[in-house]
Amino acid sequence: MAELLVWPALIAYGEAAFAYAGELRGPGLAGRTATWGVRVGWLAQTALLLVQLLDADGFPWGTWAGALNLFVWLIVGAYLIWGCTPRYRLLGLAVMPPAVVLLLAAWAGGGTGVEDGDRAGLLLGVHVGLMLAGFASLALATGMSALYVWEERRLKRRDRTLLRLRVPPLDALDRLSARAALVALGLLAGGIVAGLASFESGDFDAAMGVTIAVWVVYAALLLLRHESRLLGGRAARVTVAAFALVALVLPITHFAS
Amino acid sequence: MKLSLVGVSHRQAPVELRERVALDLERSRELAQRLAADGEAVVLSTCNRTELYVVREDEQGEREALDVLVEQAPELGQVAYRLHDDAAALHLFRVAAGLDSLVPGEGEILGQVRDAAEAGAAGPFLERLFRHAVSAGRKVRVETAIGEAPSSVPSAAAALAQQVFGDLHGRRVLLLGAGRMSELTARNLLSRGAELVAVANRTREHGDELAARLGARSVALDQLGEELGEVDVVVASTSAPGFVLSPPVAGDAVRARRGRPLLLVDLAVPRDVDPALGALDGCFVYDIDDLQAVVEQSLAGRRGEAGRAERLVAEEAERFREWRAARDVVPAIASLRARAEEIRAAELAKLGRLSDEDRSLVETVTSQLVNKLLHLPTVRLKEAAAAADGVVYADVVRHLFGLGEEERRT
Repeated sequence: MAELLVWPALIAYGEAAFAYAGELRGPGLAGRTATWGVRVGWLAQTALLLVQLLDADGFPWGTWAGALNLFVWLIVGAYLIWGCTPRYRLLGLAVMPPAVVLLLAAWAGGGTGVEDGDRAGLLLGVHVGLMLAGFASLALATGMSALYVWEERRLKRRDRTLLRLRVPPLDALDRLSARAALVALGLLAGGIVAGLASFESGDFDAAMGVTIAVWVVYAALLLLRHESRLLGGRAARVTVAAFALVALVLPITHFAS
Repeated sequence: MKLSLVGVSHRQAPVELRERVALDLERSRELAQRLAADGEAVVLSTCNRTELYVVREDEQGEREALDVLVEQAPELGQVAYRLHDDAAALHLFRVAAGLDSLVPGEGEILGQVRDAAEAGAAGPFLERLFRHAVSAGRKVRVETAIGEAPSSVPSAAAALAQQVFGDLHGRRVLLLGAGRMSELTARNLLSRGAELVAVANRTREHGDELAARLGARSVALDQLGEELGEVDVVVASTSAPGFVLSPPVAGDAVRARRGRPLLLVDLAVPRDVDPALGALDGCFVYDIDDLQAVVEQSLAGRRGEAGRAERLVAEEAERFREWRAARDVVPAIASLRARAEEIRAAELAKLGRLSDEDRSLVETVTSQLVNKLLHLPTVRLKEAAAAADGVVYADVVRHLFGLGEEERRT
């Protein structure tokens, strides 16, 4: 049953990713179709997660592939909150294609099936949930920063279609990216505390060390932004670069440990 | 009821002719009152058109409206357009949606249509027509992007500022030069919430005068560096022969902003702002050609949206036509029901003595009988009205049931 639900979610997300590219030519049917793809796909994935939760014996997303499945659901869910308003639609171009790839990877890694869950207890569930929500929030902050960089480039190039293909103002993207990063810091802090509480001595691994380093880096970025030392395009580029580094280093340390 | 429209617009009449029939709201009201002697009338007069909408029972509405126009300028008789009923209604819907405007989708016309209806002598028909037209105009602006993009250089500059800063409330503007274009742009920015903090001009008196008029400070050109650190938007339009803002003059001030966005709008020819400033972090430079290009793209976009807007307008006009057609059959339905009720009452009167209980029972049964018999013809008449042959059906019903014959005999 769970495996059957993966495909509707993948197809709908894929359709959304494809349709968002059409939105680049101008607002209209493509954007609305994409929005429906996101909604339908997210509902299908929600059903998949529910089936996994009900059928698994224990915490069903303890493996890397399972965590990836939950991570995609969190990102798309958060995107649904603002992403479907016309002005933020193009954020979907930064969110939906990676969501499709990650969900495919989760499926290939067996994270969408029903197997025996991890019996490590509630604290591990809280740890994984908070960490994934934190990274999902960072991914959204990065998506918004990427949109900022793209829009800034259009403004610099004096693109003629600037006012026809509307995206949120630079100022709004900057503020929302900072807020999403701030929320991510809170979630990650909670996740780190839950993780440390659930670990037995000797369990502290490289992935956990990297996560703490990520937290420190993002906290420093927000502090610099708060003190007006890192603003606008610079802040956006640093946010994108920082997340690219996280996306590269975190899986390496996870699999290495 | 016959709806007639007689009018002239920018499409047929040059401004020399249009200005002779341009009416303010008070004169439009007087004219509407005069035309509405035997019906209803509304006069819509804007800088692009003067249109007279008249509703009368007879066919004289168009004649009288045309006479009124020709009184003002005899040449108008040849260029005035005349439309009737559904075509006239569709025309008003297109006007309200901005589809007949010089700049497609312009927003001012919607208020003008509403004001004209309020000032005119509208009865139930024209009131409904104008209300529906205003609502269709709003719908077009909400559901399409026809009115979104800017259509002039000052509004393009303001829209660009919004693209960078979002809400302009509290955003600080510096005017460099005291020309007409920079004043228009400044006013556009102010109308969206921005705050004009300073005016810098080569001729200090002109700068002082404009600054006083717009409630800002007047500053000397050599103070520009300090001001650049504080403002968000600079609008430049001096008549200086070379760049007034260039990296040696403004570079340090821009760099000190540490990437905080600064929009430099250069409306001057020759240019006031060195495009090299655009390479600095957070600095966006737009000259007059860039803004013109944005406006052209916007207008092309508006024209592209016009197709969708036309479809919406056609749907709304069709709804109005259905309402109008249904209105034509309502008297026939009312007469039919009145006639049936009259017959029922007459037959009941023949029953003589009956107990209250029996009378109540007979009244209920006959009422139900009449309602059931008339239900289908009523529904069919309304459907026929929507399908455009309602008047024919209404006449057939009147003929078959002899409705109104007694009145005619008396």
